[in-house]
Amino acid sequence: MIRFEHVDYSIGGRKILEDVSFQVVKGTTKIILGPSGIGKSTVLRLILGLVKPERGDILVDGESVVSASGDQLNGIRQRIGMVFQDGALFDSLTVGENIGFWLLENSDASLDEVDRIAREKLVLVGLDPELIDSMPDELSLGMQRRVAIARALASGQPKVILYDEPTTGLDPNSLEMVTDVILRLRADLSMTSIVVTHQIPDALKVGTDYLFLFDRTVHFEGHARELATSVDPDLAHFLDPFKKSLITAVANFSATSAGSGAASAAERTHPQ
Amino acid sequence: MIGFVRGFLLGFAGFLAGLQDLAQFSGRVVSRSFRPPFYWRDTYEQAYMAGVGSLHLALISAFFAGQALGLQFSRQLAETGSTTLLGMLMTISVVRALGPDLIGLVVAARLASGYTAEIGAMKSANQIDAMVAFGTDPIRKLAVPRFLSLLVMLPALVILGDLVALIGGAIMAHFVAHISLTLYWQQVQRNLSYGTILIGLAKPAVFACLISWIGCWKGFTTTGGTRGVGMSTTESVTLCSVLILIFDFILTRVLFSILHW
Repeated sequence: MIRFEHVDYSIGGRKILEDVSFQVVKGTTKIILGPSGIGKSTVLRLILGLVKPERGDILVDGESVVSASGDQLNGIRQRIGMVFQDGALFDSLTVGENIGFWLLENSDASLDEVDRIAREKLVLVGLDPELIDSMPDELSLGMQRRVAIARALASGQPKVILYDEPTTGLDPNSLEMVTDVILRLRADLSMTSIVVTHQIPDALKVGTDYLFLFDRTVHFEGHARELATSVDPDLAHFLDPFKKSLITAVANFSATSAGSGAASAAERTHPQ
Repeated sequence: MIGFVRGFLLGFAGFLAGLQDLAQFSGRVVSRSFRPPFYWRDTYEQAYMAGVGSLHLALISAFFAGQALGLQFSRQLAETGSTTLLGMLMTISVVRALGPDLIGLVVAARLASGYTAEIGAMKSANQIDAMVAFGTDPIRKLAVPRFLSLLVMLPALVILGDLVALIGGAIMAHFVAHISLTLYWQQVQRNLSYGTILIGLAKPAVFACLISWIGCWKGFTTTGGTRGVGMSTTESVTLCSVLILIFDFILTRVLFSILHW
């Protein structure tokens, strides 16, 4: 569904990504791990076409983001929802206007229709629809993140959701709610997700596939079990403080993969 | 010495690059102003904020500046016994120079800083990227309404400000210069030529372009979080103020040539 092909990207002459290639299969949740400032968020910005790579290509459903015209890019973006770091809600708009932003800007939907859809999406992310007229700064951080997810879901017909550090800075309760929403969207809507994070326990809870970015390149790509047994020294060092979470995640993966392993293998062999 | 020259050249190159970037940004704002989609609601809201929001500042500043100018002229003219010329001098000074400059500077201080701070804060909070990700052109949504609204509201504010400054001058004409108000207003009317009105309206239109383009451009190019927003806001107001004064001279010179004055 999403494929990176030998992507290079620099900022101000400093190489951020070098020969990065990977793919994200439909219905999976790819976790992009790595230390802060390594270029994880840049990967999401590249997928959305917010920045252009120096070399290589990024394909969404076979369509190149790199060579797309403005209209084509908007078409691709309609299939991708983005949850920005810290939510990036428009603070001058109400919760309802934030969720309905795409509809108000890009469709002929009436205000009643937008209101109805916004309430639906609020319910979908586990929030009270009566919050529709609240301002973002009246909500807790966890609620803001869930509103951001609701906004991403109401933007076009998203088949992929990109999450940039969705759980950073949240209290344990809010964190649990956000990770539950991510899991529920995959289970109920078969939503493909890419989650950028350096919060390993959360990553292990929601992820199906993992990618470790380090020193501009992909050092690892695989499942939780492979993550735990990887011999890459940088990955081992990065995961060292989270061994306990990793063991639990591998155990969970082993338990669930017995049932769904065949289907996942088929998807990996024939990505869309 | 070499270090100084190198630093100067690098600074100059940076200035030229910034100027080029501003010119490109301004071009994009203007070109998007004539093509749909139009954000009329945002334009109306911005017009209200620019016009009604700046009205009290513009009128208070103009009233006291008009009085100060009237007082200065009254004293000088009294020495030569030509206080009857007060209306003429006030009209030319206020309509051609003081009104547009003063209100341009007041509005620049208020709105350029506001535009930069608002857009810069949105940029820092990834809201501009969010807008792009949701298929909305942020220049069209944020810069064009500010540009169009100020293009209408600044000349309107200047017209009202000129009137209030002339009223301030009239008070000085009556109480300091001791000339009749009828004579003062006759002089004002007589000297309010098409050329003077053209200069008085062309300047605020150009200043509106400068304030909206620079204010928005500085916001869109903000980097470095809250500190960056603060720096961009300061630079925005400084640049607008200096350019208003520079363009005041350039426009006066150009319009004088056009009007064969």
